[in-house]
Amino acid sequence: MNRLKNLIGWIDARFPLISTFKAHASEYYAPKNFNFWYFFGGLALLVLIIQILSGIFLTMNYKPDALFAFASVEYIMRDVHWGWLLRYIHSTGASMFFVVIYLHMFRGLMYGSYRKPRELLWIIGMIIYLALMGEAFMGYLLPWGQMSFWGAQVIVNLFSSVPFIGSDLAVLIRGDYVVSDITLNRFFALHVIAIPLVLILIIGAHLVALHEVGSNNPDGIEIKKYKDTNGNPLDGIPFFPYMVVKDGVAAIAFLMIFCAIIFFAPDMGGYFLEYNNFVQANPMKTPEHIAPVWYFTPYYAILRAVPPIFGSQFPGVAAMGVATVIFFFLPWLDRGKVKSIRYRGPIYKTFLTLFVISFVGLGWLGLMPSTPTYTVISRILAVVYFAFFLLMPWYTRIDKCKPEPDRVTSK
Amino acid sequence: MKAINKLWILVLLLTVPAMAFASEAGVHLDKAPVDLKNTASLQRGAILFASRCLACHSASYMRYNRLLDIGMTEGQIKKDLELPEDSKLSSTMQAVMDANSAKLAFGIAPPDLSVIARSRSADWLYTYMRTFYVDNNRSSGWNNTTFPDVGMPFVLADLQGKQVLRVENKKGHEIKKLVLESLGSMCTAGYSMCTAGYDATIADLTNYLVFMSDPSKMVRYDLGYIVLGFLFVLLVLVYALKKEVWKDIR
Repeated sequence: MNRLKNLIGWIDARFPLISTFKAHASEYYAPKNFNFWYFFGGLALLVLIIQILSGIFLTMNYKPDALFAFASVEYIMRDVHWGWLLRYIHSTGASMFFVVIYLHMFRGLMYGSYRKPRELLWIIGMIIYLALMGEAFMGYLLPWGQMSFWGAQVIVNLFSSVPFIGSDLAVLIRGDYVVSDITLNRFFALHVIAIPLVLILIIGAHLVALHEVGSNNPDGIEIKKYKDTNGNPLDGIPFFPYMVVKDGVAAIAFLMIFCAIIFFAPDMGGYFLEYNNFVQANPMKTPEHIAPVWYFTPYYAILRAVPPIFGSQFPGVAAMGVATVIFFFLPWLDRGKVKSIRYRGPIYKTFLTLFVISFVGLGWLGLMPSTPTYTVISRILAVVYFAFFLLMPWYTRIDKCKPEPDRVTSK
Repeated sequence: MKAINKLWILVLLLTVPAMAFASEAGVHLDKAPVDLKNTASLQRGAILFASRCLACHSASYMRYNRLLDIGMTEGQIKKDLELPEDSKLSSTMQAVMDANSAKLAFGIAPPDLSVIARSRSADWLYTYMRTFYVDNNRSSGWNNTTFPDVGMPFVLADLQGKQVLRVENKKGHEIKKLVLESLGSMCTAGYSMCTAGYDATIADLTNYLVFMSDPSKMVRYDLGYIVLGFLFVLLVLVYALKKEVWKDIR
């Protein structure tokens, strides 16, 4: 015991070990009324670690070459010891990352977590989300199946609709005039090193910003308002050990779902692993129906919902871009007197409900082939999607809010 | 208010997909009786696959010794699958016909079948191999209701017999029906036995193709239960720890 103390003392004299642990764990205070929705930030971190570890081992056996990529994935599935497990962990992790992130973002919408003083925290989070979309998109090309190839072809072609610089931009992304071996190589480089580095960096910044302002909570009130004689929030409890063990329970429960998918249904009925992606990429054969993976489909549906103007796809592309970027402005669009849905009036609740319906509905429509009926539904839902944001300054102001409590409540 | 909100979400979420399904139509697929625990069926399927399919199709990601997973011995693999002279047990399954001559013969190179059960689905394969019919307008002499104008000739005709397509007109609706015209070698005891025997053979073949498309299926289901069991025990323990740590809060 004394030796351990000496060792820690030796380190502490050279590195801020104890003080860092105190500042970010044992004396970092989190609101004690966290509910179910507060698990997803920690779970996202867990999925990140799972993806990095499984990805490292996949990289050892994968070949980023248009001639060998598809075969090397099957080689991993069949000839590499536990290769199938690594591959299913990574493919399931990609989808589960978005499940967790979408629930994490929805939590923010419900409890007003983007509001002052957490505007920067929210913006950093949104940058993480965009980086994650890039990471997933590039990673999806690597198995070099038909959906990998044609999905990438469709998405990169979108950039060529940008006025003036479009076609040059698309060539810059592909490194070629079509998606090719060169594209596969650069997407591999970006997927395994560039974007993961950026992700880790901004996730670090997200945590630093979080620990500076402290967590929001389901009541949407600041726990730092009432402190005890030691200066600690009365409604807060130390992150270590309380939140660590609580998040631990959630992590194991999450892993049970994760493993159930890996072992029993890694395709998830064609949503996590598309059936057509088990056909090797063939640039000469366009599939009848090209749908992106489920986590991109809300935006894809918005893209298709906007009619082309003067034969240009650009309005749709712009609408899709705005649909993702508009989240950045939430802290300033929301003029409500309260943060949490618990004390919001009926108007905000209605709009949030409509928003969820439009997001899920668009996501579903994005998976379907486009028909006249679907296009009409997509247009209605796209209008609802944007109305949630654009009308927010108005409806949050006139909404009848209930009074916030002084101290956190337990439900 | 809350309950009403939730109800609305539910109603809307349920009606959007319902509207879509109403407008969908496609080829009817029969349910394939896949059973990966039935190693006898898998072995029969493997032997049929090697004798009938490997002439033109490859399964170039599948190694012969992977058949050890379905209970075959090395001797059986060599003998029953008539392993080519130059192949080792660790060789992958290559077509006898080379790709170029196959392309000349059929107009299109026969696809590799390693993961065909994943891209096409078991039900599709099970239906497809039972819906060939005689069509003299096709250069191969064959057509298929599941895969219209398919390039592949019906190589199992000696087993099933020859089907023809009958189109009946009922109240303005065209009803297409496949009828067996001549019986194949699986027909030992008359007409009904013929279909049943052939269907069972195709079930074996489909079963094998499903196994071949993802051999991890042979281990991962059993392993899944063990992993989930372990996690459940861990969950109970971690939950108890959480209760203990949190007992002094509030």
